[in-house]
Amino acid sequence: MTKHVLYISLLFLSLSLSAQKKQDHIAFINATAHIGNGQVIEKSLFVIKGDKIESIMDITGIKLNPAAFDTVIDLSDQHLYPALINPNNILGLHDAEAVRATVDFAEVGQLNPHIRALIAYNTDNLIIPTVKTNGVLYTQVTPRGGLISGSSSIMALEGWNWEDAVLKADDGIHLAFPSNVEARAGESDEHYKKRLTQYTSSMEELHRFFEEARAYYNTETHPEINLRFEAMKTIFAGTSRLYVHANKAKDLLQVFSFVRQHAIKWPVLVGGKEAYKVLGELKQSGIPVMLNRVHDLPSKEDDEVDIVFKLPALLQKDSILFCLQLEGDMEAMQSRNLPFNAGSAVAYGLSKEQALAAISLNAAKIMGVHTLIGSLEDGKLASFVVSNGDLLDMKTNAVILACIAGKPIQLNNKQSELYFRYLNKYKLR
Amino acid sequence: MNRKSLLLLVLFFLAFAIRSQTTFPNNGAPHPRHSVHAFINVSLFLDYETFINNGTLVIKDGLVFAAGEKVNVPKEAIVHDLKGKFIYPSFIDLFSDYGMPETGAQRPARNGPQMQSNVKGAYGWNQAIHAETEAHKLLQHQKDKADEYKKAGFGIVLTHKRDGIVRGSASLVNLSNKKENACIVKDRAAAVYSFSKGSSTQDYPSSLAGSIALLRQTHYDAQWYATAKENRDYNISLEEFNRLQQLPSLFETRDKYDIARIAQLGKEFGMNYLVKGSGNEYQRISDMKESGLKFILPLNFPDAYDVQDPFDAEMITLSELKHWELAPGNPSAFEKRFIPFCLSSSDLKNKEQFFPQLRKAIQYGLSEKMALKALTYQPAAFMNVQNQLGALKPGYQANFFISSASIFDEGAVVLQHWVLGEAETFYDPEKPDVRGEYVLKAGNNNYKVSIKGELSKPESKIQVDTSNRKFTFSFAPPLFSFSFLYDSLKTVRATGQYNANERKITGRGQWANGDWFDFEMLQNAAADSATTNLKKRPAQNLQLGKVIYPFTAYGEALPESEGAFRDSWTAFKTRYKAILIKNATVWTNRGDTVLQDYDVYVVDGRIVRIAPNIDAPKLAFAKIIDAKGKHLTPGIIDEHSHIALNGGVNEGTEASSAEVRMGDVIDPEDINIYRQLSGGVTTAQLLHGSANPIGGQSALIKLRWGQNAEGLKYEKAAPFIKFALGENVKQSNWGDHNVIRFPQSRMGVEQVYMDFFIRAKEYKTLKQNSGKGAVFRIDLELEALSEILENKRFITCHSYVQSEINMLLHVADSLGFKVNTFTHILEGYKVADKMKAHGVHASTFSDWWAYKNEVMEAIPYNAALLTKMGVVTAMNSDDAEMARRLNQEAAKAIKYGGVSETDALKMVTLNPAILLHIDDRVGSIQVGKTADLVVWTDNPLSVYAKADKTIIDGQIYFDREEDERLKAYIKSERARLIAKMLQEKQAGAGTQKVKSKPHRLYHCDTMETYGKEVLNSSELEVHD
Repeated sequence: MTKHVLYISLLFLSLSLSAQKKQDHIAFINATAHIGNGQVIEKSLFVIKGDKIESIMDITGIKLNPAAFDTVIDLSDQHLYPALINPNNILGLHDAEAVRATVDFAEVGQLNPHIRALIAYNTDNLIIPTVKTNGVLYTQVTPRGGLISGSSSIMALEGWNWEDAVLKADDGIHLAFPSNVEARAGESDEHYKKRLTQYTSSMEELHRFFEEARAYYNTETHPEINLRFEAMKTIFAGTSRLYVHANKAKDLLQVFSFVRQHAIKWPVLVGGKEAYKVLGELKQSGIPVMLNRVHDLPSKEDDEVDIVFKLPALLQKDSILFCLQLEGDMEAMQSRNLPFNAGSAVAYGLSKEQALAAISLNAAKIMGVHTLIGSLEDGKLASFVVSNGDLLDMKTNAVILACIAGKPIQLNNKQSELYFRYLNKYKLR
Repeated sequence: MNRKSLLLLVLFFLAFAIRSQTTFPNNGAPHPRHSVHAFINVSLFLDYETFINNGTLVIKDGLVFAAGEKVNVPKEAIVHDLKGKFIYPSFIDLFSDYGMPETGAQRPARNGPQMQSNVKGAYGWNQAIHAETEAHKLLQHQKDKADEYKKAGFGIVLTHKRDGIVRGSASLVNLSNKKENACIVKDRAAAVYSFSKGSSTQDYPSSLAGSIALLRQTHYDAQWYATAKENRDYNISLEEFNRLQQLPSLFETRDKYDIARIAQLGKEFGMNYLVKGSGNEYQRISDMKESGLKFILPLNFPDAYDVQDPFDAEMITLSELKHWELAPGNPSAFEKRFIPFCLSSSDLKNKEQFFPQLRKAIQYGLSEKMALKALTYQPAAFMNVQNQLGALKPGYQANFFISSASIFDEGAVVLQHWVLGEAETFYDPEKPDVRGEYVLKAGNNNYKVSIKGELSKPESKIQVDTSNRKFTFSFAPPLFSFSFLYDSLKTVRATGQYNANERKITGRGQWANGDWFDFEMLQNAAADSATTNLKKRPAQNLQLGKVIYPFTAYGEALPESEGAFRDSWTAFKTRYKAILIKNATVWTNRGDTVLQDYDVYVVDGRIVRIAPNIDAPKLAFAKIIDAKGKHLTPGIIDEHSHIALNGGVNEGTEASSAEVRMGDVIDPEDINIYRQLSGGVTTAQLLHGSANPIGGQSALIKLRWGQNAEGLKYEKAAPFIKFALGENVKQSNWGDHNVIRFPQSRMGVEQVYMDFFIRAKEYKTLKQNSGKGAVFRIDLELEALSEILENKRFITCHSYVQSEINMLLHVADSLGFKVNTFTHILEGYKVADKMKAHGVHASTFSDWWAYKNEVMEAIPYNAALLTKMGVVTAMNSDDAEMARRLNQEAAKAIKYGGVSETDALKMVTLNPAILLHIDDRVGSIQVGKTADLVVWTDNPLSVYAKADKTIIDGQIYFDREEDERLKAYIKSERARLIAKMLQEKQAGAGTQKVKSKPHRLYHCDTMETYGKEVLNSSELEVHD
C-alpha cells in the first residue's frame, strides 16, 4: 500500500513538474470523493483542467477514454477531499511564539481596521509546511489585539510571496467585542469598578467609532483622509465581512443587537463558545458562526463535560451555518489538527460529511469564497487533497497528494526531513 | 450561717485586708477602689450547663465572689436589679488580631526576584518566619474593637499578629478598658502558624507546597539548633521557634483540605494542633474527625447570591450554591460527631453578625448548650484557663455580659459587658423600661401613646383624632422628651420627668404657636408580653440538600442507607464486588494481542479471568457490562499532569526546590479529574513545574473522583522528582526583571546539578556519621537528592534540546545516579541512541512545537523514532484539555512514523506504567492485574472513539449513563437553590454579587504566588 501511495504521488509530481509535456487536463479515477457539501461519491471521476475543476461525477458505468486527457491517475482505495480551510488564525504571522522578533500578529492601539494581516503573512514561515501536509491548504490570516484588530485575508498555504498566495485580500475586519464585566472572586471592589468603567467606555468608543465611520462612508469628500474610516468603508458597502469575536452568552446577545443597530451587512460571529445558551437568538439573527475550537475545555466547572465537543452538532441541528476555527492557545501550530477537531465533533453527533463541510465549504461560504474553493464542484479551483484514509481521523490521515489551484504542493517538510535524516543515522530504514 | 457562707465571709474580709502593690507612680493621693457589685433577680448562666432562673451574682475587685441561687448580698455591694435580664460568662474568641499593629503591604508582583530576607539582624533566612513576634509585647488597647467584641458577647480574646507562616506567640487578653498590664491573662498563650507568607516580600515560598516545606524544614533546623550548641551561629528565629514549641499550637487554615496537611505535620513533629477552620469542614466531616485535631470554627456563613440575571447566575458554581445552603450546619456537624471545637467571631464582616449567625447555627442543629460550651468552657479549656475563665464561679475573673433576653432569641442584645469587674454599657440594663400603653394629657387634649418593640430600639406611635402618627421620644432618665404632629403640620414638643414608681411622666410642653402647657403621660398598662417579648427562635424545619463527594459539580451524595456517620466515599465507591465485561474487543497490551469477543471478569478490583463466554457471576453486587461492538483497554496513564493541585505548581523561586512535595497539595475537587475520567484517564502523575533545574517531588494519583487527597494517592508508588532544563529554568521567557536567579544559561544548569549532588553526597556521609555523635541537621532538600543517589527516588526531567539531554546523562554518570524519564524530550530523537544506552525512558508530546525557541526542531515523529530505537516512550499531556483525549494523541504516532496500533496504545497505557514503575500492577489486561479499564465506543485510537466507562480498582468512576444522571442532578439542584435564594431575597435577606471563579489551569511554567489574588486572568502564559 505504502509503495503504491508513494508511486502515485511521485508519478504525479514528476508529470506535473516536467516541462516536456503539458499536463493540463487530468482525470483522477476511482477515488471516494467527499465533495464538501455533504455528498459522497464512492467511485468518482474527477477531472481538472488547468487551475479549475472541470467535472466530478460517479465513474460507475462510464467508459473512460484515456486519450481525452493528458494523463489519468487511478486513485482506487484513496479518499478525495476539497482543500481544508483554516479560518481566523495567526498562522503565517509567527515562528517561535515566545520569541518576540518572530511575532507579527498584533499591533498597538485599540481601533486598527486599517491594519492588514496579509502584509506580514510569510510564505516561508516555519509552521506552514507542517500544516498543509495534513490537508489544510488555505488559511484566513488574521490579526489580533485591540478592539478592532484589522483585516484578515484568505491565503493559500503555498506561494512565492503573499501576493502570490492571496486568494482574497482583506476579506473582512475583526472586532474583538468587549466582554461583559464579571466580578471575580478575590477582586477588590475598586478593581472591579475600574474594569467596569473600562468596559463601558470601550462600548461607547465602539459605537461612536461605527457611527462616525458610517458618516464618513456616507460623505463624498473629506477635509482629511482618515485611514481607519477608509478601511471601514467596505464593511458598510457590504463588500467585506465584519468578524465579531465573542464567546459568552450575554456578549452574544449584545453582538446580535450591535450588528443590527449598525446595519452590518455581512456579520460573522467568531467564537460562540456559549452559543448553546442562545441558540434561538443566534438562529434568528441569521449570523453565521466560526465556532470555537472543539479541543477545548468547558468554561465552567458545572458545565456539561462534553459541551464543547457537542456544540457543532447543536448548531447543525438548528441549521445554523457554521465552520470551525482554532483561535486560542498555540493556534498556528494547532492548525494541522484542524481535521481532527472536526473529527472529534463526529463522536458527538455530527456526521462525517457535516464535519468535513465545517472545515471546507461552510468556511468558504462564510468568508464569501465558496465560488472559488470549499468543495469539489465544477468550475471551482482545483484545490484538493488525496488521503490514503479518512482525513478527519489522525489514525488514517495520510495525505499523498494535494493541489492548490491545480498545482501540486510539497508534501515533505523540515520535520519529515529530520525524521528521515535520523532514520538514516540510526540505520532504521 | 452554714460553714460555706462563713468561709466566704472570711474570704470577703480577708480580701479587704490585702492592698495590692503597684509599680506605677501616683500623681496625688492614690484612689483605690474595692467595689462590690451584686446582680440580683437575674437569669444566670454559671457556666455553659448550669442555669439559674433567678440568681444572684456578686463580684468584687474584678473577680467573682459568689454566684448562685441563694447568695447573700454583702452590705458593701452596689445592687443591680436585673429582673428579666440574662447574665452569661464572657465568651472567649481564640482567633483574633485585636490590639495588634497593622502588617505591612505586600510588594507588587513581578519586579525581579528577592532571594534573601529583607529583615536586618541576627534572624533566620526566611522572612515569613516570625517566631520572635510576641503579641503581648505589641498589644495596644483598641477601644472601638473591644466594644465590638463586647457587644458580640466576647470579653476575652487570644490575639496574635496575623502575619506569616510562623507568627510567634499569641496572647490571651481580656478586653478591659484598663491599662494593658491588667488585660494580659497569659502573655505567651499559644504559638501560631499558617500556610500564608503574609507580608513577606521574599520569593520563597511562592506555593502552598513551599509553605509546607518551609515549615517542616524550620522544625528540623530548630531541632538541630537546639542540640548543636557549638558549631552554629546564633539565630534569633530558631531560638524563638524552639521557645514556641513549649506552647499550645494554633494553625490557621483556608480550606478543609488543609486539615489533613496539618494533621500530617502534627504526626511528623509530635504536635497537637488547634486549628482555625475556614467554615467548609462539614464537606469532609469524617476527615475532620479522623484528624484528631481540635477546632476553632468561624460563623462566616455566606449571604445568598444575587441571582436575578440567569446568565450571571451561571457563574455561581454548584459548590458555592450548596455551601450557601449548608454552611450554617458546620458547627452542628462537629457536635454530632463529638469533635472538640470552639466558636469564633473571626471571618465575619462585622461583629454585629455574630449573634444572628450563631442563631442560624442553632437553627441548623447546633444545641444551645454546645454553643455556650464552644464559646466559654471549650476555648478556656483549649488554653488551659478553664479554672479562671469561661464560667462565673468564685475566684474566676468577673467577665460576663448582661443581655436583654436569652441570646438565642431573635433580637436579644448585649446591654452591658463587664470585664474585670468594670462595665461597658451599651444600654443601661437598669434603665426603666418605658414600654407600655399611655394616656397623654396635654392641655385639654387626651391622646393614646403606645411604646413597644425591642428594649433598645422601641417603636412608638400616637393616636391623633383617629389616625396613628409618629411619636418620637428620647429617654435619658429622669428626663423624657417627645414630639409629634398634633395637627397635620404642627409639631408639639415636650420634656418631663419620669417617675418610675407611679409609671408616669409629668412636665412642660410647647405648642407650635409658642404657648406652653403642662402635660402628664400616665401608663395604663405595661406592654403585654406579646409586644415586649422578643420573637422566638425559628423552627427547625429545614429542608436541605445533601453533602456531595467531592463537594463540586459531578460529586455524588451518599446512598440513603449508609447511616448518618458513615460519610466517607467508600460507601458508594465499593459498590461492585465484581464486574463482568462481555463480548469486548480486548486490547491486552501483551504483545500485539487484541482479542475479539472476549469477556473480562473482575473481582475485588482485580482481573481474575479473560476468556470468551464467561458465565454471569452469582455474586451479590455484581455488574455486567455488555461491550458488544465496544473496545476494552487498560486505563490511560498520564505521565505528566498538573491537575488536582492546590496553591501553585511551581516553587520556582530557587534553583532547587527538592524539598517541596506535590503530594502535600493534592486537590481532590478539581473538576478536571472528572473530565479526564471521561477521557479514559485512570492514573496521573502530578508534577512540580519546570521553573527550576531541581523541582519538587511528584505525586502519583488514581482518579478516584470523590475520595480525599490521601484516597487519591496511588498506593506504594515509587517516589519521583521533577527536574527541568532549558528555557524555563534559565528564565528565558520571564521578562526583563528575571535575570538574577542562577542559572541564566544552559552552562549554569549543569553546575547546579554538580553543586547539589556533590552536596548531597557530603550530606550522606555526614548523616552516616551522625550516629557517632556528629552534629547533623536534617535537610529535606538534600534528603530528596540523597534518595536519588541511593536509587530510591526517580527523576522525571523536563527537557527539550539534545545538548542538555546529553549533559544530564553525563552529569548522572559522573555522580552515579540514573535519570528515569525525560519528559517532553522533543529532541530526544536526536540522542535516541544515547538514551537507549543509558536505559532512560521518554515521555513526549505527540505534536506540540513552535511555542518557543527550544522547540523549533521538535518533530511529531519523535515518539515513533524513539520507539524504533527501543526507548520506552509515553505520550503525556501537561495540559488539562489534551489529557482527556490522550488516546488521540497516541494515535498520531501511527500517522507520524507508522507505529502499529497496539504500540500506539501502549504509549498512553503500558509505557507510562513502565516509566512510573507500576507496570506490575496496571498497564495491561492480564489476570492478576488491577482492574483499571476503559470501555470505548470505538477503536480507542480513532478520533471517533469516546470513553464509555472508566473503571478504577474494579469500580466504575465514569459512565456515560451515570453522567446523564449527574447532569440532571446538577440542573435540578441548581434550580432548587436558586429558587431558594430568590425567596430569601424577596424576604429581605442580604445578597452578594455573583463572582466568577476562573479555574486556574496549571502548566509546567505557571508561576503564581499562593495567597495572592491573581486578578489578571489574561496574564501572559508561555507554554512548556
